Amino acid sequence: MTQDESFEITILDTGDTFLCKRGQNVLLAMERLGLQGIPVGCRGGGCGICRVRILGNGKYRTKKMSRAQVSEKDESNGIALACRLIPEGDLRILPVGFLRNHSN
Amino acid sequence: MSYSGVMRPGHTCLRVLEMEPSLTHYVERLGMIKTGEDEQGRVYLKAWDEHDCFSLVLREADEPGMEFLGFKVHSMADLDRFEVAIREYGIDVERMPAEELKGCGHRIRFLIPSGHSIELYAEKQHAGNGLGYLNPDPWPEGLKGMQVNRFDHCLLYGPSIVDVVDFFVNVLGFALTERVLDPESNMTGAFLSCSNKAHDIAFIQYPEANKFHHASFLLNTWEEILHAADIMGMHNISIDIGPTRHGITRGRTIYFFDPSGNRNEVFCGDYTWYPDRDPITWTAEELGKAIFYHDRKLNENFLTVVT
Repeated sequence: MTQDESFEITILDTGDTFLCKRGQNVLLAMERLGLQGIPVGCRGGGCGICRVRILGNGKYRTKKMSRAQVSEKDESNGIALACRLIPEGDLRILPVGFLRNHSN
Repeated sequence: MSYSGVMRPGHTCLRVLEMEPSLTHYVERLGMIKTGEDEQGRVYLKAWDEHDCFSLVLREADEPGMEFLGFKVHSMADLDRFEVAIREYGIDVERMPAEELKGCGHRIRFLIPSGHSIELYAEKQHAGNGLGYLNPDPWPEGLKGMQVNRFDHCLLYGPSIVDVVDFFVNVLGFALTERVLDPESNMTGAFLSCSNKAHDIAFIQYPEANKFHHASFLLNTWEEILHAADIMGMHNISIDIGPTRHGITRGRTIYFFDPSGNRNEVFCGDYTWYPDRDPITWTAEELGKAIFYHDRKLNENFLTVVT
């Protein structure tokens, strides 16, 4: 693996795909390409606007997120905030957080 | 100057997800000065032109947001008087002992109808602004980043803001300076002053209790707002909106986020409030202009992103 390795991120409902560099968060990678599939909020793991579900067996890690937005149970069910989501493989994700809708 | 016995918003405590990047943000970028920490791990900060020993307390926690907002009153007699008045109004008061916050005298804490914890206190250790009190220079050398002058106000989101305004006006002696009405003439936004400022605290009606919209820090000029925006660019700080102007309060502003998603504002240039003038009203059809005077349209993120 090289430092420049990138992973392919697919946003399922819009069908957008984009590349996210190793170590970069998914939301920032999306924003830098001018895409809008994931709603952008605080970009700091606090507000929950960019909540996503990771589908399948995608490999990733997350930085610390607000427990008010992502519970331990959510986390074990593949929920994360895109601004704190660091891919370690290709990911397929579905935005589920717009306007604080936590029903997913 | 104060017209009510309450002088100013004297401190707020913000919860942060991680202390180290938060200190980089508030010290290196905003230019606040770390003045202490306590055995709970809370860190105390002040802006350079504040004379008391802290105005911002950071506490590491699992979720960001505002823990409490404290106002400094003139005297211990005022503090005692307010304690009686708040209890008589029907709101419970909790006494926080002196030194529970390092350097702060005893505080009284109470929950307002929007779900926020508000405090009053009369005494805090002085630290000075680094210039002394005898033939001082106009500003100290060695300031960092945006060089914010002082913590200025908070905007809070929660329910029952009509009740909140009643409490602030009739118990704490604040003045309603500006308000926002919905099409049915219900108050959905309230700006309140205890001083000569256009706002010392503000509220927006919101279904969820105890939400934090932003903490604001004062700069002197529009050029300093631009300088602050440059620092945000240099260090990839998450910008919400601006630089731009508010219709409400006339403030010139930029909004951005700390590393935990708590919104900050740096602003300059509101007007001087006197209590013998009428409050300003903004109607629903001009709400876009009220909030952002140049764009004149509602900004979804600004209205819905809170911690």
